[in-house]
Amino acid sequence: MTTTTLAAPKEQSCQTLLASGHTACTGCGEALAAKLVLGAAGPNIIVTDATGCLEVFTTRFPQSSWEVPFIHSLFENSAAVASGVEVALKALGRQNEAKVIAQGGDGGTADIGLQALSGMLERGHDILYVCYDNEAYMNTGVQRSGLTPFDCMTTTSPCGELSWGNKHNKKDMPSIAAAHGIPYVATASVAFPKDIENKVKKALSITGPKYMQIHSPCPLGWRSNPQLTIKVAKLAVQTGLYPVFEMENGKVTKVRKITTPKTPVEEYLKIQGRFAHLFKSPKGKEEIQKIQEIADRNIEKYGLA
Amino acid sequence: MRLDLGAIAKAGTSKANQTGGWRNFKPIFHQKKCNSCDLCRIYCPEGCVTMIEKKKYTVDYAYCKGCGICAEECSSSDIEMVVEEK
Amino acid sequence: MSTTFIEGSIAVAKTVAVSRPHVISAYPITPQTHIVEHLSELVANGELKSEFVNVESEHSAASVVLGSSATGARTYTATTSQGFLLMIEVLFNIAGMRLPVVMTCVNRAVSAPINIWNDQQDSMTARDSGWIQLYAEDNQEASDMHLQAFKIAENKDIMLPVMVCMDGFVLTHSFDPVELISQEQVDKFLPPFKPEYYLTPKNPLTFGTLVGPDGYMETRYFIEKTMHASLQVISDVAADFHNQFGRFQGGLIDTYKVEDASLVLVAMGSIIGTIKDIVDELRAKGQKVGVLKVRSYRPFPKDEIYKALNHVKEIAVLEKAVSLGYGGILVNEIKSVFYGKPKTPKINGFILGLGGRDITVDTIHQTIKETVKASSEEKFIGLNEALIGGK
Repeated sequence: MTTTTLAAPKEQSCQTLLASGHTACTGCGEALAAKLVLGAAGPNIIVTDATGCLEVFTTRFPQSSWEVPFIHSLFENSAAVASGVEVALKALGRQNEAKVIAQGGDGGTADIGLQALSGMLERGHDILYVCYDNEAYMNTGVQRSGLTPFDCMTTTSPCGELSWGNKHNKKDMPSIAAAHGIPYVATASVAFPKDIENKVKKALSITGPKYMQIHSPCPLGWRSNPQLTIKVAKLAVQTGLYPVFEMENGKVTKVRKITTPKTPVEEYLKIQGRFAHLFKSPKGKEEIQKIQEIADRNIEKYGLA
Repeated sequence: MRLDLGAIAKAGTSKANQTGGWRNFKPIFHQKKCNSCDLCRIYCPEGCVTMIEKKKYTVDYAYCKGCGICAEECSSSDIEMVVEEK
Repeated sequence: MSTTFIEGSIAVAKTVAVSRPHVISAYPITPQTHIVEHLSELVANGELKSEFVNVESEHSAASVVLGSSATGARTYTATTSQGFLLMIEVLFNIAGMRLPVVMTCVNRAVSAPINIWNDQQDSMTARDSGWIQLYAEDNQEASDMHLQAFKIAENKDIMLPVMVCMDGFVLTHSFDPVELISQEQVDKFLPPFKPEYYLTPKNPLTFGTLVGPDGYMETRYFIEKTMHASLQVISDVAADFHNQFGRFQGGLIDTYKVEDASLVLVAMGSIIGTIKDIVDELRAKGQKVGVLKVRSYRPFPKDEIYKALNHVKEIAVLEKAVSLGYGGILVNEIKSVFYGKPKTPKINGFILGLGGRDITVDTIHQTIKETVKASSEEKFIGLNEALIGGK
């Protein structure tokens, strides 16, 4: 594995690289995650973004919240646009000018943008792809995505007589990314900013394609108190429902251990309206048990305990 | 900014958009028990909390939307959310 | 400059190569393949210093060149038919972001039923996308047009993408003598691409913003205005090219024996060559016929067409595309040229050659006969009566 050096970084200003005045909802986890990623990466980057909340709340013309060069094109092509940026820098002899970071939400990454992302990973571009995972299509009004968790209520996976919400398990994107044989895959959570910083810096020190997925609570879609954004995110990790780990060259090399005894998933579920239906009937207990089993499997699979 | 050439915008210009008007609750930084853990600054989704000096932080009310994350996460319970008087 | 007996695709690839694109990205689809295969060979042999990006779809091919162009690179892609349709979302985006990408649209029919042969239904679907569309008559023109395309697209007052349309197989796979332009000559004609704005930390701009009802309509107004301005630039670039290389294939339009004609056939692309032969034949018999080639379809050169045709009595528009539920597309645009003018010729439209259906000398004779005999009408020509039950 080789590393490349950037041109001398500009003096870091005290202001963040994601400027205030953006129109993210109160307590938005994605705005926080993007701020942390940019803070860790520094100014010598070029970022792309898929259509979605982040793009909408930061780029309402004539304003922009981005203090770094930014391009948004479409929903499904953030990874392909980033590929174009990266090869252009190379072709123009400007590869030391900037590192390239592609961004997308969970829908733009794991669903509609999966093909373009796969192409980017397989071609070996020197790009860090960051997926801000808020577990549904929030920008269009909280519809189910491939990263929506099991039994979660969204506007297209409502609970009802015949439904407990989303019938399917969350797609295992980190493994899909890792299966491309890329050098670095990581998951993270807005609850742990230092971890995000370390992972972004580490990823950017590695040449080649990197994939990072950051759990980013959405108070609007999760029907959680905006004040509890960090609490909710922490509980997702502590229950084992959102394992935080690093994979290097296909192998899990580092995990964030959970505190023992393990926190039951109820603690995480009960503070979010998107799971409220599970607490309304005795049968819901069985569903919660299924979710506990998902957490337990994660704890075992990644050795979180 | 060039609307005529693909609607290109200048960096950081959203600062003109003062989102403080959204606020229903307002964080009051008491500055009494602050231990400089920095969490209020780090966790602020608006990026509007600044450290002036050690154990002294300020919030830019022009942008603060009053989410309350800073108060919730403050490791010394030194930030209080009060109802915004409009 | 040297004349080579060469396949159309290869001639185009060689011209693209000497235009020094920084980034080329494409996905294979028949009959576009020979162009991009040859470019990738040139890169593999070190003869062309470009980044060639093999992508997983046409959507990504267009997205890669979009990203590269916004970073300040000269870019090229090529596709056809279904690939073109898959690209369309990105094509609108490229134009809206004012990125001077150049592409070849090898013209081919669209599915269903799947059909790999030539017509022009694919590129016609993107006529409203904000791309400048130029249609080539032969391989010399197709080749030369690419060089002109970069110069038009990158003009600082234009900054719009340009699509060179060339008929699939008919041109791409045919061998013709083509005068290829040397690197040295190209470098004199085409200056390096130096955009005013591009992605760089030195000036961190935001591309691809969200524009609301307060400004969106103006973005369309600006493109429309620029399209009109490009009429002059396309003509100027064709004239520059003529001055430097001695070849002129027309600017916005080209005419052949139109000055004293009473009947003119209007068309786009490779069919022009066949029509010219027929015109010569009929002229020898004393019939006053001529041809008008629409070279620039977008922007549509209304004034030039009116100026060239205002004296004629009859016009036959021959086109390899159809707006299903309406009829001919080009014919109605030609009709609109005469709207509100003092004299309106009889204008007949003929849809022909779809899905690679042979366009014979007889087919074209038939269009002329129908135009002379009938009142204004539009119809399919060259249908197999046996397949449609004689209806």
